[in-house]
Amino acid sequence: MNGRVYVPCDSTAASLGADAIALALQKLHPEFEIIRNGSRGLCWLEPLLEIDSPDGRLGFGNVNAQEIATLFADGMPTRAHSRCLGPVEDLPYLRAQQRLTTARIGVIRPCSLDDYRAQGGFAGLAIARRLSGAEIVSTVVDSGLRGRGGAAFPTGIKWQTVREAPGNKKYIVCNADEGDSGTYVDRLIMECDPFVLIEGCVIAGLAVGADEGFIYCRAEYPLALKTLQRAIELARDAGYLEDFTLRVRKAAGAYICGEETALLESLEGRRGQIRFRPPLPALEGLFGKPTVVNNVVSLASIPGIFAQGAARYQSVGSGRSRGTLTVQLAGNIKRGGLVEVPFGLTLRQLLEDFGGGTASGRPIKAVQAGGPLGAYIPPALFDTPLDYEAFKGIGAMLGHGGLVVFDDSTDLGQMARFAMEFCAVESCGKCTPCRIGSVRGVEVIDKIHRGEQPDDNRILLRDLCQTMIDGSLCALGGMAPYPVLSIMEHFPDEL
Amino acid sequence: MTQTKLEQVVRRITAPLVDEPGALLPVLHALQDHFGHIPTAAVATVAQLLSLSRAEVHGVISFYDWFQSEPGGDTTVYICRAEACRAMGGAAVETAAKQHLGIDFHQCSRDGRISLQPIYCLGNCACSPSVMVDEQLFSRVTSDKIIEILDAIAGGNS
Repeated sequence: MNGRVYVPCDSTAASLGADAIALALQKLHPEFEIIRNGSRGLCWLEPLLEIDSPDGRLGFGNVNAQEIATLFADGMPTRAHSRCLGPVEDLPYLRAQQRLTTARIGVIRPCSLDDYRAQGGFAGLAIARRLSGAEIVSTVVDSGLRGRGGAAFPTGIKWQTVREAPGNKKYIVCNADEGDSGTYVDRLIMECDPFVLIEGCVIAGLAVGADEGFIYCRAEYPLALKTLQRAIELARDAGYLEDFTLRVRKAAGAYICGEETALLESLEGRRGQIRFRPPLPALEGLFGKPTVVNNVVSLASIPGIFAQGAARYQSVGSGRSRGTLTVQLAGNIKRGGLVEVPFGLTLRQLLEDFGGGTASGRPIKAVQAGGPLGAYIPPALFDTPLDYEAFKGIGAMLGHGGLVVFDDSTDLGQMARFAMEFCAVESCGKCTPCRIGSVRGVEVIDKIHRGEQPDDNRILLRDLCQTMIDGSLCALGGMAPYPVLSIMEHFPDEL
Repeated sequence: MTQTKLEQVVRRITAPLVDEPGALLPVLHALQDHFGHIPTAAVATVAQLLSLSRAEVHGVISFYDWFQSEPGGDTTVYICRAEACRAMGGAAVETAAKQHLGIDFHQCSRDGRISLQPIYCLGNCACSPSVMVDEQLFSRVTSDKIIEILDAIAGGNS
């Protein structure tokens, strides 16, 4: 063997030519062993090739297939090569992170059980198997983990509710309908470390007494769907799913199905319209049975909590936000990628120290945090720490951890219109404030932009927003006004 | 395809999935994967096999953007309209694609080659604007690049 080359296989790397690179390498250097690892989430460097060295895996960023011949002209390039970034794990972007949940992504081959086990995989499950359901639940409670999908509800308490709910049949449902723009960590986990999600689902099943689970994954993620299917087959063949049936279900392009009750409707084969609450899904969820519905990151955090101890996870964080948040830098950002850090860092640290400012080189005008229902935050508030309560304090939310950056050329009045338009497109139609309010919202914003009685229409728009917030059945209609109101408050010249 | 023949195919595709819990979405995906869309004539057969009303099946097909009732182009081009792509000029990519093909979203080019669909996030938000051609993802797409992509498909060498 004449050395290994690691060529990432996730969708982002593939979209930037990684598959062509792997083919070119194989043709030019059949003596090389080509490893298709996942992506480390350093998206701005993709395709990020790595080669083995005594100092660790050396990185070569933004490689394209055409330069493979020159890069490998003398066999394996050395650390002295002008394109070499040095050991990947020494890159400041990675060194400054604390990867607890995403420790393995990019390091291993996604569907290799050997790689997974060599990096501590299934250690958490082995520990959980020695505990009672109640002990598993209390470990999760002690970790302080809160739902990473956006609602930030304590995961352990949710599990406890399902565990104590009467009934023999219970379900685990993984919400992998990652529809928020600016978020992609669920995709990275599913494409690059699928076994961690499977392990988390099995532990959840042991905790609450469920023997069946579903991963509801977006149709927009074809590679994640394939990777999960393959990983489940491998885990089943290796005996990890003997007491737990796990299925992947392909969603069908409705944003609202990220809302847990709409997701359950969809899994049951119906239109993804939301359900009234109560009853809570924890008591009457899938097919009317007690159901844990957790996001991908929440479930993927579980194995590490057991392998390293709840105290370890709980020991980092800020205030009531414990552990790490998987931040995703997106949009107009120079160094976009996955940043897993303890709660408490400021927005500025993320945008500047990690992100390096905008990709366009222009000043940042605003950051939308927490997806399409999140507020637009002005630079004056960039010293806000990453913390669920601190974000709430400035009228924003962390949600699923996506930060979409906009430069000063952005017309935020148009982004406010888009927030209402998106709500109109994606509304499930069940409640009037959302279904009709969003359409009226677009119309009123258009009137303001055309200069038709702008002051009166601004009053009307605020009133409409308040009606949607107070009267909508779920977060789609209830939060779509937040981006609009935040733009009116922080950028009054734009709307 | 005759109605009888179509019914046979629908039965063959649906039968192995009938006992799946909440089988309708998996069935509809399987039909769309096979036909490229879900033929209206298949609705009654699916309803019968799953013990649902035709209205229930139709209601689900019409609710989800992913399911198409009409045949589309040979290739589907999805253009992301969401915020992270708009922050990098996604709106211009959308306009360029529509102008180049002379069609709007949810329409098919006259030669039947390309369907144009809006999509709200492809999870590639650090390398936006994003476009997906069938299942192939493209990053950092510009107005020029989308035209190259569309021409490559039309030229049959996508």
